[in-house]
Amino acid sequence: MKVAVQREDFDLGAEVRAISKNATIGAVASFVGLVRDVRMTLEHYPGMTERAIRKIVEEAATRWQLIDCTVIHRYGELAPNDQIVLVAVASAHRGDAFAACEFIMDYLKTRAPFWKKEHRAGGATWVASRGADDEAADRWKQGER
Amino acid sequence: MKVKLLFFAALREQLGRPAEELELPANVATVAALRDHLRARGGEWAQVFAPNRPVRAAVNQDMVQAEARIKAGDEVAFFPPVTGG
Repeated sequence: MKVAVQREDFDLGAEVRAISKNATIGAVASFVGLVRDVRMTLEHYPGMTERAIRKIVEEAATRWQLIDCTVIHRYGELAPNDQIVLVAVASAHRGDAFAACEFIMDYLKTRAPFWKKEHRAGGATWVASRGADDEAADRWKQGER
Repeated sequence: MKVKLLFFAALREQLGRPAEELELPANVATVAALRDHLRARGGEWAQVFAPNRPVRAAVNQDMVQAEARIKAGDEVAFFPPVTGG
Protein backbone atom coordinates (compact mmCIF):
# COMPACT_ATOMS: atom_id res chain seq x y z
CA MET A 1 0.00 0.00 0.00
CA LYS A 2 1.23 3.49 -0.85
CA VAL A 3 -0.25 6.65 0.64
CA ALA A 4 1.30 9.97 -0.33
CA VAL A 5 0.27 13.54 0.48
CA GLN A 6 2.41 15.80 -1.65
CA ARG A 7 2.70 19.12 -3.49
CA GLU A 8 4.06 17.48 -6.63
CA ASP A 9 2.01 16.16 -9.53
CA PHE A 10 1.76 12.41 -10.20
CA ASP A 11 1.88 10.12 -13.24
CA LEU A 12 -1.17 7.87 -13.49
CA GLY A 13 0.54 5.41 -15.85
CA ALA A 14 3.58 5.00 -13.62
CA GLU A 15 1.43 4.52 -10.49
CA VAL A 16 -0.78 1.92 -12.17
CA ARG A 17 2.25 0.02 -13.49
CA ALA A 18 3.79 0.06 -10.01
CA ILE A 19 0.81 -1.85 -8.52
CA SER A 20 0.43 -4.24 -11.49
CA LYS A 21 3.62 -6.25 -10.99
CA ASN A 22 2.05 -9.40 -9.64
CA ALA A 23 0.58 -12.29 -11.64
CA THR A 24 -2.35 -12.69 -9.21
CA ILE A 25 -3.65 -9.24 -10.24
CA GLY A 26 -6.35 -9.36 -12.88
CA ALA A 27 -7.79 -5.85 -12.49
CA VAL A 28 -6.61 -2.34 -11.64
CA ALA A 29 -9.29 0.34 -11.20
CA SER A 30 -8.14 3.95 -10.92
CA PHE A 31 -9.76 7.32 -10.33
CA VAL A 32 -8.17 10.73 -10.91
CA GLY A 33 -9.80 13.90 -9.56
CA LEU A 34 -9.09 17.18 -11.37
CA VAL A 35 -9.47 20.85 -10.43
CA ARG A 36 -12.61 22.22 -12.05
CA ASP A 37 -13.05 25.90 -13.05
CA VAL A 38 -10.97 27.84 -10.49
CA ARG A 39 -7.55 28.22 -8.95
CA MET A 40 -7.41 26.87 -5.41
CA THR A 41 -5.25 26.26 -2.37
CA LEU A 42 -5.54 22.95 -0.55
CA GLU A 43 -4.69 22.86 3.15
CA HIS A 44 -4.30 19.63 5.10
CA TYR A 45 -3.42 18.32 8.57
CA PRO A 46 0.06 16.79 8.23
CA GLY A 47 0.24 13.44 9.98
CA MET A 48 -3.49 12.99 10.44
CA THR A 49 -4.14 13.10 6.69
CA GLU A 50 -1.90 10.12 5.92
CA ARG A 51 -3.25 8.28 8.96
CA ALA A 52 -6.89 8.90 7.94
CA ILE A 53 -6.27 7.70 4.37
CA ARG A 54 -4.50 4.54 5.61
CA LYS A 55 -7.48 3.75 7.85
CA ILE A 56 -9.86 4.14 4.88
CA VAL A 57 -7.75 1.79 2.75
CA GLU A 58 -7.54 -0.71 5.62
CA GLU A 59 -11.33 -0.63 5.95
CA ALA A 60 -11.69 -1.20 2.19
CA ALA A 61 -9.38 -4.22 2.53
CA THR A 62 -11.76 -5.77 5.07
CA ARG A 63 -14.66 -5.48 2.59
CA TRP A 64 -13.03 -6.46 -0.70
CA GLN A 65 -10.10 -8.54 -1.79
CA LEU A 66 -7.33 -6.01 -2.45
CA ILE A 67 -3.87 -7.01 -3.58
CA ASP A 68 -2.39 -3.51 -3.67
CA CYS A 69 -3.52 0.11 -3.50
CA THR A 70 -2.08 3.57 -4.08
CA VAL A 71 -3.63 6.84 -2.90
CA ILE A 72 -1.98 10.17 -3.74
CA HIS A 73 -3.53 13.49 -2.71
CA ARG A 74 -1.95 16.84 -3.51
CA TYR A 75 -1.98 20.01 -1.42
CA GLY A 76 -0.84 23.61 -1.96
CA GLU A 77 -1.60 25.77 -5.00
CA LEU A 78 -3.54 24.12 -7.82
CA ALA A 79 -4.86 25.48 -11.13
CA PRO A 80 -7.84 24.44 -13.29
CA ASN A 81 -7.29 21.05 -14.91
CA ASP A 82 -4.52 20.08 -12.45
CA GLN A 83 -4.71 16.59 -11.01
CA ILE A 84 -5.67 16.61 -7.28
CA VAL A 85 -6.18 13.02 -6.25
CA LEU A 86 -5.41 9.50 -7.44
CA VAL A 87 -6.90 6.27 -6.12
CA ALA A 88 -5.69 3.07 -7.80
CA VAL A 89 -6.73 -0.39 -6.59
CA ALA A 90 -5.34 -3.74 -7.75
CA SER A 91 -7.33 -6.92 -7.25
CA ALA A 92 -7.84 -10.35 -8.80
CA HIS A 93 -11.16 -9.30 -10.34
CA ARG A 94 -12.77 -6.08 -11.52
CA GLY A 95 -15.73 -6.11 -9.15
CA ASP A 96 -13.55 -5.74 -6.07
CA ALA A 97 -11.29 -3.19 -7.77
CA PHE A 98 -14.17 -0.95 -8.94
CA ALA A 99 -16.04 -1.08 -5.62
CA ALA A 100 -12.98 -0.51 -3.43
CA CYS A 101 -11.85 2.42 -5.60
CA GLU A 102 -15.23 4.15 -5.30
CA PHE A 103 -15.48 3.40 -1.55
CA ILE A 104 -12.01 4.84 -0.86
CA MET A 105 -12.85 7.98 -2.86
CA ASP A 106 -16.22 8.49 -1.13
CA TYR A 107 -14.71 8.05 2.34
CA LEU A 108 -11.74 10.23 1.52
CA LYS A 109 -14.09 13.11 0.71
CA THR A 110 -15.70 13.00 4.16
CA ARG A 111 -12.93 11.68 6.45
CA ALA A 112 -9.54 12.91 5.21
CA PRO A 113 -8.62 16.35 6.61
CA PHE A 114 -8.27 18.51 3.51
CA TRP A 115 -9.81 21.94 2.97
CA LYS A 116 -10.15 23.77 -0.36
CA LYS A 117 -9.94 27.53 -0.67
CA GLU A 118 -11.05 28.90 -4.04
CA HIS A 119 -9.50 32.02 -5.52
CA ARG A 120 -11.97 33.96 -7.66
CA ALA A 121 -11.95 37.52 -8.99
CA GLY A 122 -14.00 38.67 -5.97
CA GLY A 123 -11.59 37.15 -3.45
CA ALA A 124 -10.77 33.86 -1.75
CA THR A 125 -13.40 31.70 -0.06
CA TRP A 126 -13.31 28.38 1.76
CA VAL A 127 -15.39 25.73 0.03
CA ALA A 128 -18.41 24.57 2.06
CA SER A 129 -18.77 20.82 2.56
CA ARG A 130 -21.45 19.12 0.47
CA GLY A 131 -24.26 17.06 1.90
CA ALA A 132 -24.03 14.93 -1.27
CA ASP A 133 -20.55 13.79 -0.18
CA ASP A 134 -21.87 12.66 3.21
CA GLU A 135 -24.67 10.77 1.46
CA ALA A 136 -22.20 9.11 -0.90
CA ALA A 137 -20.12 7.93 2.07
CA ASP A 138 -23.18 6.94 4.13
CA ARG A 139 -24.64 4.61 1.50
CA TRP A 140 -21.72 2.21 2.14
CA LYS A 141 -23.00 1.77 5.70
CA GLN A 142 -26.53 0.82 4.71
CA GLY A 143 -25.65 -2.34 2.85
CA GLU A 144 -26.94 -0.94 -0.44
CA ARG A 145 -23.92 -2.39 -2.14
CA MET B 1 -3.55 19.40 32.51
CA LYS B 2 -1.81 20.73 29.47
CA VAL B 3 -2.96 20.04 25.88
CA LYS B 4 -1.91 21.18 22.44
CA LEU B 5 -4.60 22.80 20.30
CA LEU B 6 -4.48 22.98 16.50
CA PHE B 7 -6.77 24.97 14.20
CA PHE B 8 -7.18 24.54 10.45
CA ALA B 9 -8.60 26.32 7.40
CA ALA B 10 -11.32 28.92 8.14
CA LEU B 11 -10.97 28.39 11.91
CA ARG B 12 -7.22 29.04 11.80
CA GLU B 13 -7.77 32.25 9.83
CA GLN B 14 -10.59 33.53 11.99
CA LEU B 15 -8.75 32.80 15.26
CA GLY B 16 -5.50 34.22 13.87
CA ARG B 17 -3.35 31.28 14.99
CA PRO B 18 -2.52 27.73 13.84
CA ALA B 19 -1.82 26.32 17.31
CA GLU B 20 -1.50 26.98 21.03
CA GLU B 21 -0.56 25.20 24.24
CA LEU B 22 -3.29 25.41 26.86
CA GLU B 23 -3.56 24.52 30.56
CA LEU B 24 -7.06 23.18 31.12
CA PRO B 25 -9.06 23.32 34.35
CA ALA B 26 -9.87 19.90 35.85
CA ASN B 27 -13.53 20.06 34.82
CA VAL B 28 -12.68 20.31 31.10
CA ALA B 29 -12.27 16.63 30.23
CA THR B 30 -14.16 16.20 26.95
CA VAL B 31 -14.10 17.76 23.50
CA ALA B 32 -17.55 19.27 24.16
CA ALA B 33 -16.33 20.85 27.42
CA LEU B 34 -13.25 22.18 25.65
CA ARG B 35 -15.44 23.79 22.99
CA ASP B 36 -17.48 25.48 25.75
CA HIS B 37 -14.28 26.57 27.48
CA LEU B 38 -12.93 28.16 24.28
CA ARG B 39 -16.30 29.74 23.42
CA ALA B 40 -16.23 31.53 26.78
CA ARG B 41 -13.20 33.54 25.63
CA GLY B 42 -15.70 35.65 23.66
CA GLY B 43 -15.13 37.62 20.44
CA GLU B 44 -13.98 35.44 17.52
CA TRP B 45 -13.87 32.42 19.83
CA ALA B 46 -17.57 32.77 20.59
CA GLN B 47 -18.30 32.89 16.85
CA VAL B 48 -16.05 29.98 15.85
CA PHE B 49 -17.38 27.74 18.61
CA ALA B 50 -21.02 28.86 18.43
CA PRO B 51 -23.28 25.82 18.95
CA ASN B 52 -24.79 26.04 15.45
CA ARG B 53 -21.45 26.22 13.64
CA PRO B 54 -20.26 22.95 12.12
CA VAL B 55 -16.88 22.31 13.72
CA ARG B 56 -15.20 18.90 13.62
CA ALA B 57 -12.60 17.68 16.12
CA ALA B 58 -9.74 15.20 16.21
CA VAL B 59 -7.87 13.91 19.26
CA ASN B 60 -4.36 12.63 18.59
CA GLN B 61 -5.15 12.65 14.85
CA ASP B 62 -8.31 10.55 15.00
CA MET B 63 -11.65 12.17 14.17
CA VAL B 64 -13.86 12.08 17.29
CA GLN B 65 -17.35 12.97 18.50
CA ALA B 66 -18.06 15.71 21.06
CA GLU B 67 -18.19 13.29 24.00
CA ALA B 68 -14.62 12.06 23.41
CA ARG B 69 -12.39 12.38 26.47
CA ILE B 70 -9.22 14.47 26.62
CA LYS B 71 -6.17 13.69 28.74
CA ALA B 72 -2.91 15.50 29.52
CA GLY B 73 -0.56 15.78 26.56
CA ASP B 74 -3.26 15.22 23.91
CA GLU B 75 -3.22 16.98 20.56
CA VAL B 76 -6.72 18.33 19.97
CA ALA B 77 -7.53 19.78 16.55
CA PHE B 78 -10.59 21.79 15.50
CA PHE B 79 -11.52 22.32 11.85
CA PRO B 80 -14.45 22.77 9.46
CA PRO B 81 -16.07 19.80 7.71
CA VAL B 82 -13.51 18.48 5.22
CA THR B 83 -13.60 19.31 1.50
CA GLY B 84 -10.83 17.28 -0.13
CA GLY B 85 -10.89 14.83 -3.02
